Amino acid sequence: MAWNPGDDVIAVQRAPEPGGAGGVYRAFGETLRGLKTTFGRMLERPVVYQYPEEKVPVYPRFRGRHKLHKFEDSGLEKCVGCSLCAAACPADCIRVVAAENTPEHRVSAGERYAAVYEINLSRCIFCGYCEVACPFDAITMGHDYEMSDYNRADLIFTKEMLLAEPLERTPLRTEDE
Amino acid sequence: MTGLLTFAEVGFAESWWIQIIKAVIIFLVGFTLVPLALMLDRKLMGRMQMRYGPNRVGPFGALQPMADIGKLLFKQQFRPRTSVGLLFAVAPAISMVCAAGAFSVIPFGNTVHIFGAKVGLYGIDVSIGILVLFAFSSLSVYGLMLGGWASGSKYSFLGAMRSAAQLISYEVSMGLSLIGVVITAGTLSLTGIVNAQGGMWYFIPQFAGFIVFLLAAFAETNRPPFDLTEADAELVGGYGTEYGGGRFAAYYAAEYFNMVIASAIAVTMFFGGWAMPFGIHPPNWVDPIVVIVKTILVVCLFVWVRTTLPRPRYDQLMALGWKILLPLATANLLVTSIIVVVTH
Repeated sequence: MAWNPGDDVIAVQRAPEPGGAGGVYRAFGETLRGLKTTFGRMLERPVVYQYPEEKVPVYPRFRGRHKLHKFEDSGLEKCVGCSLCAAACPADCIRVVAAENTPEHRVSAGERYAAVYEINLSRCIFCGYCEVACPFDAITMGHDYEMSDYNRADLIFTKEMLLAEPLERTPLRTEDE
Repeated sequence: MTGLLTFAEVGFAESWWIQIIKAVIIFLVGFTLVPLALMLDRKLMGRMQMRYGPNRVGPFGALQPMADIGKLLFKQQFRPRTSVGLLFAVAPAISMVCAAGAFSVIPFGNTVHIFGAKVGLYGIDVSIGILVLFAFSSLSVYGLMLGGWASGSKYSFLGAMRSAAQLISYEVSMGLSLIGVVITAGTLSLTGIVNAQGGMWYFIPQFAGFIVFLLAAFAETNRPPFDLTEADAELVGGYGTEYGGGRFAAYYAAEYFNMVIASAIAVTMFFGGWAMPFGIHPPNWVDPIVVIVKTILVVCLFVWVRTTLPRPRYDQLMALGWKILLPLATANLLVTSIIVVVTH
């Protein structure tokens, strides 16, 4: 005798039973269709990137590791040590210590320059607010995303590291890609 | 004619030293086919999933199985505190021995003359060839069962229970599906069955039997889609959950060895063994190559099915085995016997 639930129990609607011979035939047909699908995939090219040798190209607006910039003509640093980037940083990973420019020792174009400029990349969330906050376009987000390291201390990037030309190791996506 | 082993009537036996050399060679061939099947599995499955598969170790990743085995063998032998020591260590060996033992009766060719000595290209040609295969595949249940039970872990135990039920269920259908072939050929000897397929390979007259055998073989070798004994998603790893290092390697190799053997049985029973299609009669030395190539093609079929089909539920597996395959195999057997009786 079947178990009879009360009236307050809602009967669950079930999918149709697989059935006998028809179900077998259907299952067999669908199996063949599946086999055909996988065989078709085998004839196509693999779609994967062979990562360490072949990198995924990034978009021009990709927010990778930061870069600090200099003026191309005079070679002076654009950063004037205003600390607006540090103020804008939600992760609080930028440290700027400013110093006065003197006529003998002129580093930046403005009155002051950044004596210390450090970004702790282990805390950075790559939001790009520093880039937005900067009144002189001195800091921009680069395209480099390969930044893993063995020590946390090695992930604190100093001014010299940020000013240096980044290694050409990230392909850029072209317009039509 | 009696040979070194007199447990059954032997079709043809050489002197004892040729048998020893032959055994070593066949063992080596078997253990060359295992990494090949492993590699084929991973590469072909990768291609079917639109990726490359392993391609770092060696040219085109060809040395990946060696790297895997090397890694596993250098791992620490570890066992859980709740495990049963001796059985835990012996179980993978049982799996391995059963797999290697079954390989001994697979024929790679007829008798040939090598340096004047008459040599059969098989381990041993016993008159009960298929029964030997079944004996070994039944024994291999103990490898999985004991391993799962001796691990002292619930997932291993569940996997072992599943493997026992699954292997025993499908053993029946597999046996019945092959009896059709045996009746048609009129012999149990594997070389005899291959010789009887001169006119037409048995997968055409015995098509239903072939399908049943194939499905049962997937289940017997614990290959996906019937890998419920391992079922990574639900059972962690089934009977092999607690195994690591060399013992895991033994289980793993035994699984692939079983796949190779199932393919070799399919080739012997249904695809004419060393016979070539379209009436081509190459010289004798080509025979083993033909068998190996055919075996690899059937292994490709295993991989293809593995890539395609999802794992059924356990009750579905049992229903397929008992409600579909067994009646189908029985009906095939009945029809075959009637035809054989009428035509002879």
